[in-house]
Amino acid sequence: MSRSTRLSTRRSALVAATAALALSAAACSSSDDGSASGPTSSSSGSGSSAFRPEHKGGTLRMVAHAAAGSLDPQVNYTLQYWQLYQSMYDGLLAFKKTGGQQSFTVVPDLATAMPKVTNSGKTYTFTLRKGIKFSNGKALTTDDVVASFQRIFKVSSPTAGTFYNGIVGADACIKKPADCTLDKGVVGDASAGTVTVNLTAADPEFPYKLAVPHASVVPKGSPAKDAGTKPLPTTGPYMAASYDPNRALKLVRNPHFKEWSREGQPQGYPDKIDYTFGQTVESEVTAVQNGQADWMYDPPPADRLNEIGTKYASQAHVNPLTAFWYLTLNVNSAPFDNKLARQAINWAVDREAVVRLYGGKNLASPACTILPPGFPGHVDSCDYTKGGGKTWSAPDLAKAKELVKKSGTAGQEVGIVVQDDEVNKSIGQYLQSLLTQLGYKATLKPLSGNIQFTYIQNTKNKVQLALTSWYQDYPAASDFLNVLLSCASFHPGSDSSINISGFCDKGIDARMRTALKTGQTDQKSADQQWGTIDQDIMKESPVVPVINPKIIDFTSKRVGNYRFSKQFYMLVGQLWVK
Amino acid sequence: MSRAVAPLPTTEARRSPGPWRTAVADLSCNRPATAAAVVLLIVVVVCLCAPLYADHIAHTDPFQSHVSGTTVVDGKTVPVLTPSSTGLGLGVTPIGPTWDTAHYFLGSDNQGRDVMARLLYGGRTSLFIGVTAALLTVVIGTAVGVLAGYAGGAVDAVISRILDVIWAFPVYLLAICLSVVLLTDGLRLGPLTVDAGSLWLPVVIIAAIYVPYVARPLRGQVLVLRNKEFIQAAIGSGAPALRVMRREVLPNVVPTAIVFLPLMTALAMLTESALSFLSVGVQPPDASWGTIIEDGLGLLYTRPAVTIAPGLLIALTTVALNVLGDGVRDALDPSARLRGGV
Repeated sequence: MSRSTRLSTRRSALVAATAALALSAAACSSSDDGSASGPTSSSSGSGSSAFRPEHKGGTLRMVAHAAAGSLDPQVNYTLQYWQLYQSMYDGLLAFKKTGGQQSFTVVPDLATAMPKVTNSGKTYTFTLRKGIKFSNGKALTTDDVVASFQRIFKVSSPTAGTFYNGIVGADACIKKPADCTLDKGVVGDASAGTVTVNLTAADPEFPYKLAVPHASVVPKGSPAKDAGTKPLPTTGPYMAASYDPNRALKLVRNPHFKEWSREGQPQGYPDKIDYTFGQTVESEVTAVQNGQADWMYDPPPADRLNEIGTKYASQAHVNPLTAFWYLTLNVNSAPFDNKLARQAINWAVDREAVVRLYGGKNLASPACTILPPGFPGHVDSCDYTKGGGKTWSAPDLAKAKELVKKSGTAGQEVGIVVQDDEVNKSIGQYLQSLLTQLGYKATLKPLSGNIQFTYIQNTKNKVQLALTSWYQDYPAASDFLNVLLSCASFHPGSDSSINISGFCDKGIDARMRTALKTGQTDQKSADQQWGTIDQDIMKESPVVPVINPKIIDFTSKRVGNYRFSKQFYMLVGQLWVK
Repeated sequence: MSRAVAPLPTTEARRSPGPWRTAVADLSCNRPATAAAVVLLIVVVVCLCAPLYADHIAHTDPFQSHVSGTTVVDGKTVPVLTPSSTGLGLGVTPIGPTWDTAHYFLGSDNQGRDVMARLLYGGRTSLFIGVTAALLTVVIGTAVGVLAGYAGGAVDAVISRILDVIWAFPVYLLAICLSVVLLTDGLRLGPLTVDAGSLWLPVVIIAAIYVPYVARPLRGQVLVLRNKEFIQAAIGSGAPALRVMRREVLPNVVPTAIVFLPLMTALAMLTESALSFLSVGVQPPDASWGTIIEDGLGLLYTRPAVTIAPGLLIALTTVALNVLGDGVRDALDPSARLRGGV
C-alpha cells in the first residue's frame, strides 16, 4: 500500500494482488520481547506489559494536516486510520498489539483461539468469545460476524476482490454486492458460537487478511454502504463520539469494553483521544514542542528535523519500516524497453544522495532489493553497486554512461513523474539532473499526491519513469513481489495497474506461483524462493529500489509508554498522558 | 495623462528641442528615477554576467545537483549538504553563506547547488520574462486599444467584451489556470508553437493576461483623440483608416504606452515569480527568482538566505521599475505631474 494515499490508491494496489493462489497458513515468528519504552528515541517498546492503572486517564491530543476520509473500517484504506482502528475495531484475529517483530504475529481477537484449519487448508473454524458488547450496548453474536463478511462486499471494500475473493460465494458477491449472502462461504452457528469460513483454495495468508481492519466486525444492522463520517459501533476500547473531517475526530472510551485479551485488544490509557485536522506541518511541530499537541501524524518538515533530533531528542521515536521507495521504469516504452538503459539507471542512482534528500541516514537507508531488510524472503544482495558487494556502497556513473551509450538511447526524452511534496520533488530534481548527465533529455512532472499514484499506473499516460513507494499490507514476500511485479498485476489502460513498470516475465511468474504453493507446506523454503526471485527480477531491472524509509514519531514531553507495532505503527491507545 | 501632439510647423520644430528630447532631459533631472535606472542597470549587467561567475569564479554548474558534493571552507573540505551529527542525527542542512565568491558565496540549496550562481541565472530568466512579456503586452495592448477606439461600433464592442472577460478573472487565477493547462502539452495555436518547458510559455501567458490593463486605457485615450480636429482633418482629407491610425493616432498614444512599459515589466516579474513559486511558471532545472524562493521554502528555518536573497532582488527590481515608471510618466506627461502637484 502507499502510505499517504487513500482508498482508491490502495484498492488499485490490491486489485493487482488478485492471486487466488493456493497458500498455506503461516504466522510470523517472534524473536524479540523487551519492554515498553518511555519517551526515548529509536525505540519500539516491544513486549506486552501489565496494565498500569496509575497512568489511566487524560486526553491524548493528536494533530494532522488532513483527515483521511471515511471512518468506515471496512472502507477506509489509509495507514492514518488503520492505526486508529487498532483501538476501536476488532476482527476474529488481530495483529498482536505490541512492539517489535512480535507485532507481525497474528493472535486471536474476537475468536477464543486461532482457527481450526481443516479440509486441506480450505476451512477455518472460529469460536466466538462470549460476553463482548458493541459500544451501542448490543451483544456480539455470530450473526454480526457473518453480516460483517457480507458487508465487505456490500460496501465494495477496497480489498473485497483481492483479500476476500477466495471465500466461497465471493464471486457472486463481487458481481452483485447488494445480494451478497456468502451462504456457503461464511456460516455462523449461534448455538455453538462458531463461525466457519470456507475458501475455494487454501490461502496461507488468510489469517493476515482477517487481521486487517477491512475484516472488522460491526453490528449486523450496519448500513450496506460507506458509513462515511457516521461512526459505526465499535468493540474495542474506544469509540468515535464525533467526526468532522474538516475539523476533528473525537474518540471516547467504549463504556461496554472489558479487556478480553491483552495481546489482541488491550485496554487503552487515555480517557479521550482528540484528533485535530487542518494545521500546517510546521505548526504541528510547534504545537508538539509547546505541549499543545501530544503527537503529529505527518512527517516533520526537513528544516525542523535537526531541531527535533537535538533539542527534542527525547521526544522523537525513529523506527524502520518494512517499505521501500523505488523508481518504476516502463519496460514497454522507450528508452526503458531496453534492458541496458534500465540497468544504467540502477547503476547511476546515488542511493546515498536520495537518503540525504529524505532526511539523512538515520531516517532512511540505501536499498538494493525489492524486499526490505528484515522482511520474509529478504536476502542481502546488490547487483548495482560500485566494486560489487552484498549491500549498496556507491553508484558507478561511468558504467551507467557506458550502458546508455551501448543501448543507443542517449538523447531520448524521459519524463519523470513524482509527487509534488518537498521530499519527492527534491528527489525528482536530483533524478532529472542525473538523467541529464547520462545524456537523456529529462523533464520533471510533479503531480499532487492525490492523483500521482493512479496517474503513474495508467499506461495511457505513457509514464516512462516514476518515483513511488510501497508499504507492506502484511508480512509476506508476495505482498511485494507478486503484487508489484507479476503479470496479473499489469492492467494496461487502467488506473489500477500496480505493476507500474509493466514488467511481465512468464518464467518469473511461474516461479512466483511455485513459491506461493511451497508456502502452503514449507514457509522457510518458500521465503528462500522469494529471495531468489527478488534477485532475478533485479537483474532485469524493471525497478530501481532507492531507499528503505524510517518513520519518526514526534510526541510531546508528557507522553509515555511509546510502543511501535511494525504492522500498524505507534499504538495510539497505549500512550500515557498521565 | 493623454497629450495631443499636433504636427508642428517645420520652423517651430527647428527651434524646439522636441517632446522626446524634453522628456529625456526631464527624466535625467529626476533623481529618484535616475537612481532607479542605475540600480536596474547594475542588476541587468550583474545578471548578464552569470555564466562568467559560474564558469570562472565559482566553477559550478548551477543546474546540476551536487547532493553528495563537497566544497572548501577555511581550507577544509566539507560536504555541501551536511547530515546532522548531534542528537539523533536527523536532517541534512545545506551549507550556509561562506562569503567566498569561489565557494558557495550565498550557500547552497537542498540540491547542493550554488545559490549565488542560481540567483544570477535566475535574474536573467526573471528579467527576460518580465521585459519580454511587458513588451508583448504593450505592443498587443496598444494595437488592440487603438483599433477598438478608432474603429468604434461593432469592432469596439467585440474587442471590449473580450477584454472585459479577461479582466473579469482574477489575474493570478487566470495565469495559474493557463499555466497548469499549457504545462502539460505546451501551446499549439496555429503557427505559434511553444514547448511545455520553454521560457516562452510564461511569457505568452503573462503577456496575454495583462493585455486589458494596457488596451483599455489606450482605447479610452483614442476615443478622445478621434474627435480632435487634426484627426477629423486627416479623415476629412480622405486618408485611409490604417494610415490615420498609424500616422495620427499612434504617435499620440505611444508616450502612454511607453509609460506602461516599466510598470508592466514590474508586474510581469512579480507574476512570473508567483507562478514559479507555485511550480507553474519556470520549470526545473531552469531557475528564476521565483523558483529559488520555492527551493528555499523548505529551508526557512535553517538557511533563510536561499529565500531572502531572491526575495530582496525581486523587491529591489520591481521598486526600481516602478520608480522609473513614475519618472517616465512625469517626463512624458508634464500635465500629470502638474495635476499631482509634484
